[in-house]
Amino acid sequence: MSAAKSKPKSMDRRRFLQDAARGATGCAVAGIALSQFISDARALPAQAIRPPGALDENDFLAACIRCGLCVRDCPYDTLKLAELGYDGPATGTPFFTARDVPCEMCEDIPCVVACPTGALDKGLTNIDDADMGLAVLIDQERCLNALGLRCDVCYRVCPVIDEAISLERRHNERSGHHAIFMPVVHSDKCTGCGKCEKSCVLPGEAAIKVLPRRLAMAEAADHYKLGWEENNPLVDDLIDLPDRLPGPGTDNLVAPGGYAPDALPDPNMDGGFTPSFNLPGTGATKP
Amino acid sequence: MTDKTKLAVGQEAIETFGWLRAHRFLLLRRASQAFFLVLFLLGPWFGIWWVKGNLSGSLTFNILPLTDPFIALQGLMAGHWPELTALIGAIIVGAVYALIGGRVYCSWVCPINPVTDGAHWVHDKLGLQKGWQPKRTTRFWVMGMVLVASVATGTIAWEFVNPISMLHRGLIFGMGFAWTFVIAVFLFDVFVSRRGWCGHLCPVGAFYGLLGSKSVVRISAVERAACDDCMDCFAVCPEMQVITPALRGKEGDTPLILSPDCTNCGRCIDVCAMDVFKFTTRFDDTHAPAREQRKRTQPATGASKAA
Repeated sequence: MSAAKSKPKSMDRRRFLQDAARGATGCAVAGIALSQFISDARALPAQAIRPPGALDENDFLAACIRCGLCVRDCPYDTLKLAELGYDGPATGTPFFTARDVPCEMCEDIPCVVACPTGALDKGLTNIDDADMGLAVLIDQERCLNALGLRCDVCYRVCPVIDEAISLERRHNERSGHHAIFMPVVHSDKCTGCGKCEKSCVLPGEAAIKVLPRRLAMAEAADHYKLGWEENNPLVDDLIDLPDRLPGPGTDNLVAPGGYAPDALPDPNMDGGFTPSFNLPGTGATKP
Repeated sequence: MTDKTKLAVGQEAIETFGWLRAHRFLLLRRASQAFFLVLFLLGPWFGIWWVKGNLSGSLTFNILPLTDPFIALQGLMAGHWPELTALIGAIIVGAVYALIGGRVYCSWVCPINPVTDGAHWVHDKLGLQKGWQPKRTTRFWVMGMVLVASVATGTIAWEFVNPISMLHRGLIFGMGFAWTFVIAVFLFDVFVSRRGWCGHLCPVGAFYGLLGSKSVVRISAVERAACDDCMDCFAVCPEMQVITPALRGKEGDTPLILSPDCTNCGRCIDVCAMDVFKFTTRFDDTHAPAREQRKRTQPATGASKAA
């Protein structure tokens, strides 16, 4: 009787284990495929710019539910939801292309206000603190200002004019007597709104482009001390190097601080050296 | 089975009650699906911004936030604690479906439902075999896989491929090649697996099913004693396994269809000429006598026993 009872149970167990193994394997395969698809789909193209206040891309894809409320509340139709196959960013996530429609940097930042999840960080309350990317003068051969002309359009449309982009005067080596007013972007002020890229007068691609900061900026070399920016304790406090006057050799221990008065150099500046032989074939020694 | 099984599905109900009444829940359901779609399209098409967003997240009359709770859950798994707005939206949506039946979302709102219903219609017309039929529990495995993938990738994983949001968002914001996902689901349901997507695989449906497992609104086979075995309810039901315990229950078994798989679509009510089914609540304890012992129309022969 007990054998008759236990038999279906063991069959149940076997069947359960088989089903579980099958389900787990199927899900593992599907999960790996999905994860692989995600890792491909999450590669954000350099020229797709996220809205102001967007979290770092990895956090953004955990937070953005792709509802499009930021798109709806953008008064300039700057923002779009990415369409599968046409646009680079993950399907359905918001972005803009600066060359098409740049961010107009609304004071009240309606896109951030509209975001229900915080994928656009509510902590951003001053649009000048936005960090959508960084403008880079990417083609210094064709930029009209770099050629010595006065275009200045990127400089003049910049919402943070003279802070994010300034014109720096340089000598025009080509003409020899003109100036070049070079547009220079300052990373601490640039918000990445893209108005410069939109306004660049060159046909087709712009000479100045907004890029993600991960591409546009190098990592600072912290092992170099910039003596003009910081009081360098290594030099100023720990070691007091002797001040020396010019002279032969730098290890003048006889007279620290410079020459001893009785060791003034020879006025002939040859140090009293007389060659003990004449070089052959020089005109002066020929009889 | 009776001779009536040979009739077209719902034919007898149409003859008894008229076409309109024999399709009332189907028509209501299509109207509801169209309503929720048009509601979202009023803005982009006519500039009437009553509802902004899409099924993943929306804002109605600039005051009512709604969020898909399954997407919110994936976001939490991915490690992002959302702003209060999204949380409140997810709780509202979750509470409503927990009350009226989680899979009401599937049959009354989801834009993929007309696609898979269409696929089933084509499948029927072509007279195809049912094909690959994974276990009903497969969708829970898929749901678990999606949650694990959300944790592993740190993203809202299903939204990279979800055909529901692909279609809905595509219609409202621009489709791109998202229609390929919709076509894929359609072809899958026609040629690979009858009622395969919604009935076996979709993790969103699995989530909503769990959400509504204790839901109040239920269908009851309250007049099951009148059932004449025409099988039409089984033929139209997208989750036919849910009917059996209620309809074929013994005396004392509840006539309520309590399975969380039931989508509350109401098609069984439509096609039943004997008026067996009706919408009610899970607290309805109307006495429903079981059917009489079934009579065999063709007594089993030795040959069929052997087979």
